Amino acid sequence: MSYFLQQVINGLQLGFVYALIALGYTMVYGIVRLINFAHGDVFMVGAYLGYFAICYFHLPFPIALACAMLGCAIIGMSIERIAYRPLRSAPRIASLITAMGVSLFLEYFCSLKFVFSPNYLAFPRPFAVRTYQVGNISFSTIQIVVFTVAILLLVILQYFVQKTKMGMAMRAVSYDKDTAKLMGINIDFIISLTFGIGSALAAAGGVLYGIAYPQINPFMGIMPGLKAFVAAVLGGIGSIPGAVLGAVIMGTVETMSSAFISSTLRDAIAFSILILVLIFRPTGILGKKGTEKV
Amino acid sequence: MKFHRILPAIVVIGAYSLLQALMSSHVLNPYWQQIIQFAGIMTISALGLNLIYGYTGQFSLGHAAFYGLGAYTSALITKSFPQGGIASLLVALPVAVVFVGMVAFLIGLPILRLKSDYLGIATLGFGIIMKVVFDNADAVIPQMGGSRGMLGIPKLTNFTLVFVFAIATIMVIRNFVFSSLGRACISIREDEIAAESVGINTTKYKTLGFVIGSMFAGIAGALYAHLYTFLHPSNFDFLKSIDVLLIVVLGGLGSISGTVIAAVGWTFLLEGLRVVLPSQILDWRLVIYPLLLIIVMILKPKGLLGGLELRFLKPSLDCSDRKE
Repeated sequence: MSYFLQQVINGLQLGFVYALIALGYTMVYGIVRLINFAHGDVFMVGAYLGYFAICYFHLPFPIALACAMLGCAIIGMSIERIAYRPLRSAPRIASLITAMGVSLFLEYFCSLKFVFSPNYLAFPRPFAVRTYQVGNISFSTIQIVVFTVAILLLVILQYFVQKTKMGMAMRAVSYDKDTAKLMGINIDFIISLTFGIGSALAAAGGVLYGIAYPQINPFMGIMPGLKAFVAAVLGGIGSIPGAVLGAVIMGTVETMSSAFISSTLRDAIAFSILILVLIFRPTGILGKKGTEKV
Repeated sequence: MKFHRILPAIVVIGAYSLLQALMSSHVLNPYWQQIIQFAGIMTISALGLNLIYGYTGQFSLGHAAFYGLGAYTSALITKSFPQGGIASLLVALPVAVVFVGMVAFLIGLPILRLKSDYLGIATLGFGIIMKVVFDNADAVIPQMGGSRGMLGIPKLTNFTLVFVFAIATIMVIRNFVFSSLGRACISIREDEIAAESVGINTTKYKTLGFVIGSMFAGIAGALYAHLYTFLHPSNFDFLKSIDVLLIVVLGGLGSISGTVIAAVGWTFLLEGLRVVLPSQILDWRLVIYPLLLIIVMILKPKGLLGGLELRFLKPSLDCSDRKE
């Protein structure tokens, strides 16, 4: 039983990292209906920015995190401006292919020798790691930091989207772009902002991932990116609480299947659950069901 | 017989003779011969996806799974009959393709109810599940090698075989698309609800398009396995599905000529960059390639040819043509 609870904690740790990535996917999808495949690679760049801030500039952890988030927000907004905005009125598949191009570009550009080099780097622990024992379950400082940062960011995001004017504009654009434009909302700015926020959250996810699983390389974003995206779909894409719920389910399922079934089969199990959920609830767990219009 | 009706046949035979002559006279070294065959294999696979996505409108991100399934199934059969030579491939290939078709049917039937991006994600999930299966297959069938890769597949694919299959694929897809079955598929792409309301059994035609398209991936996979004689699960991962998808999109959705040109062009671009780039910046090959992709997509969002089709791949609407 305590082993089980221990795995729940480990699963939640992974789930919260996925949640931070999944939010970017779900917000971008909600607003421009684009599967932003480059998002996983923004996550990777975030981890590297955090690494450089800690190792080379010796910044304290919260400032390093903020730097990585700011850097990735700028990168995310530039990607949108250069690669996606010209294609906004083109068929959707065109921007999907561009997204794939941006993803490949970030991966291979970052693995050039003078950029990040293709080798694995050991991510430093910016604070002393201690383990606490509660009953039979052990917590480490890492888990506490991951939970605190992730929950803090989620609360801020929820407040921003639900209570501020800017957040209201974001919801309006995702609901109906043309009407939002008629109401005087600057669509370009809102879309840019969405990419910025999503990328900043991915960067936070990247730094936390680096701390929790301390190895980074330019291709580290592919699998977490895909899984976070799947988590967003599982929870109902376009819905912020859905993304968090889906990510937590995804992280827990993955940890549980490696702990109790087989670590080589964990991806297969996670994706089988995805397919089953989609068959029975095609719009995800918390997704809104759209009516078919003729 | 009008000249333009036999022109395609002349071009095809001419192209075959020219390439065959270049190969047997060793103007093209074995490395380039392999690249040419690989281009043909990519063409077959991409035409299959074009049928699924370009004509039937079903977004699939799991094409590489069927490609891999065809490769592994056929390789298992030919490896069991090492003395069989080319005959064993000609037996293994149909068996593998039928098997791929069955799997596509079983997986397609439930998931083809999903629409657009959701279908893409479900097929993506299927692709990742199949990769895990290939990775762990050695636990059940030791010959498949699992994550160590499958070795010792006889080299049976040759240029003639690839060429014949590629031309046959083009002909089958062309004739399918212009049959009533194909028109039903296209009507689903254009508007699923409208198609349903005029009495088209959408589930049936979606599944039909999906199964046939996947079977072409199976053919391509079987040829691939016997060309490179080595299979590894990473040859069939998510990125390989994306490669095929981007060929189809670059060629223009629902265009056979576009897909063929894009498949051949894509293969030669990737290999050509290896030759053109000086060795100091060879690392840049995979940086330049996505940049080209982004630029092409921004400039030509409807594909390189923008849905253009060569004349002989279109049905002839001219009645005077048919009287002969």
